[in-house]
Amino acid sequence: MKTLILMAFMLLSAVSFAQTEGYKIGDVVKDFSLKNVNNKTVSLADYKYAKGYIVVFTCNTCPVAKAYQGRVAALNATYATKGYPVVAINPNDAGAVPDESFEKMQALASQKKFSFPYLLDPDHVVTKQFGATRTPHVFVLNKTDKGNVVEYIGAIDNDPEEANGTKTDYVKNAVNELSVGKKPVVASTKAVGCGIKWKKG
Amino acid sequence: MRIFLIICLSLITYSVNAQVKLLKLDDLDKRIANGKDTTYVINFWATWCSPCVAELPNFEKLRLASLKKPVKVLLVSLDFKSKLLKEVIPFVEKNKINAEVFLLNEPDQQQYIERIDKKWSGAIPATLFVNKKSRRFYEKEFTEAELNSTLLNLK
Repeated sequence: MKTLILMAFMLLSAVSFAQTEGYKIGDVVKDFSLKNVNNKTVSLADYKYAKGYIVVFTCNTCPVAKAYQGRVAALNATYATKGYPVVAINPNDAGAVPDESFEKMQALASQKKFSFPYLLDPDHVVTKQFGATRTPHVFVLNKTDKGNVVEYIGAIDNDPEEANGTKTDYVKNAVNELSVGKKPVVASTKAVGCGIKWKKG
Repeated sequence: MRIFLIICLSLITYSVNAQVKLLKLDDLDKRIANGKDTTYVINFWATWCSPCVAELPNFEKLRLASLKKPVKVLLVSLDFKSKLLKEVIPFVEKNKINAEVFLLNEPDQQQYIERIDKKWSGAIPATLFVNKKSRRFYEKEFTEAELNSTLLNLK
């Protein structure tokens, strides 16, 4: 009986471990090389003069991600020149949702005139490394001597529908704080978003 | 005659609006507190969330099986408020959902996510089993059997 309980406990801890994998605040990010909508590959190391990055997991179809498209573009417009470019990654599998295909990503990027890369993540490799669970899901990175360190994880703001009178811009605040050498006061937030459409089988 | 018309009119508006009501968490808390021995099975979903839509029939089965028990199934949509008339109500009509359906009317998701459950990441589907004595929150999809057993094991 004791062994059974122990086994059940181990199983449970394995499950909870699986749920918490992915980067946490303070972790160093492994660089990646993913195909952009212009068919060229993009790595974090390509941005020689970056002070950090705003990595946004977003997609073509999710209504929440769509509601934030303009705000993601605005983040890049404000912060790319300050050394914090937006790097968008689509974590979804086109086999699971056809509208998430590379061609549809290209169409969206050209229609909305994305000024930032919009990358395909085949087999969810980078998505799993980050531990992204939904779209939109943001990771703000700070470039340091030891690598690109995760300093903020979560939502863009607390106002998906642009109806919150007391809106807080979490990503803007985090980047502003990092740019003056401070740690973000709010380092992680929660948000409702669309679950990632994982590859079947 | 005029009174009759007013009654008819209010009945019509009531039946239209009654399908999906806007919900504040304060009102939900009050309802639970006044629910005596009722256990509320509160599912958080959205029309755009495909796993949520897929599991909705399981909640309908639970509702039907629990009609004579002190169990209430509440479906709380996290769709945008602006989608109430265009998407949520048509969805409820089309799928003939008979459970009580609400649309969460809370502007600050940071606040309401924490308030519903500290462990919740905000991902849906998620379901809260709650009565006056216990509160269990699950960020997962439920089969019909899992719904039944979770309800049975709730103290």
